[in-house]
Amino acid sequence: MGMRHSPTTTRRKFLGLAGSAAVGGAVPIVTMRSVDATPAMLNAAIRNLVGEAPVRTGKVKLDIPPLVENGNTVPMTVSVESPMTADDHVKSIYVFNEKNPQPNVGNYYIGPRAGRAQISTRIRLADSQKVVAIAQLSDGSFWSATADVVVTLAACTDEVI
Amino acid sequence: MTAALINVPRKARRGDIIEIKTLMSHVMEPGYRRTAAGDLLPRDIITSFACRYNGEEIFRADFFPAIAANPFLSFFTAAKESGKFEFEWVGDNGFSETVSSSITVE
Repeated sequence: MGMRHSPTTTRRKFLGLAGSAAVGGAVPIVTMRSVDATPAMLNAAIRNLVGEAPVRTGKVKLDIPPLVENGNTVPMTVSVESPMTADDHVKSIYVFNEKNPQPNVGNYYIGPRAGRAQISTRIRLADSQKVVAIAQLSDGSFWSATADVVVTLAACTDEVI
Repeated sequence: MTAALINVPRKARRGDIIEIKTLMSHVMEPGYRRTAAGDLLPRDIITSFACRYNGEEIFRADFFPAIAANPFLSFFTAAKESGKFEFEWVGDNGFSETVSSSITVE
């Protein structure tokens, strides 16, 4: 894990800090170790799940705060529009991130007995980044929602004091 | 020593869709942090969670290091019959915990 910064990462970080300064009035010092996860890794992880199948936008709702102070615990809810019957239901929900050290966040396997296709959890975000939720329906189709989150205190890679 | 919090309604009407909330006490060390001396802290996370309702698996999850410490998870199920929910967490270093909770369905 070297100190590799792509121009876009630097810009995003800057925007993240600028955003936090505007809201909080002070710029916190982010002593984050640069990590190697990239948008390309996110895309590879999604392709690994869906193969050649198209991923359409819609049906999925991703509730996550747009601005968080602490990336160590970020509340997140994913819900999917579905009648949840034996013939038409959500089989699974997958959550990915763009810039943590690895692209997976969690996989959730539900099924028609759930009655409602919704999960809530708390996640870690090591940087300001994109979070993607993908649902697979019983007909095999994939649907997604994406959210951008600005993080002012990063998780995962900070030093233990 | 199990430190889990489970929230399941004690009673429900048949067919009600109920929310189940779970929290397991666990450090969820992601495996990417270093001490001040530069040593990498090895990964120690819960990797999977499952919920069974009267023996039948109704929900399962895979966790990655991006899940926050003391993993919280809520999900839904349709109340079908009185009985027992069993919750199981499995993780690194032989971590394994099982907790159960009962429900009366009228």
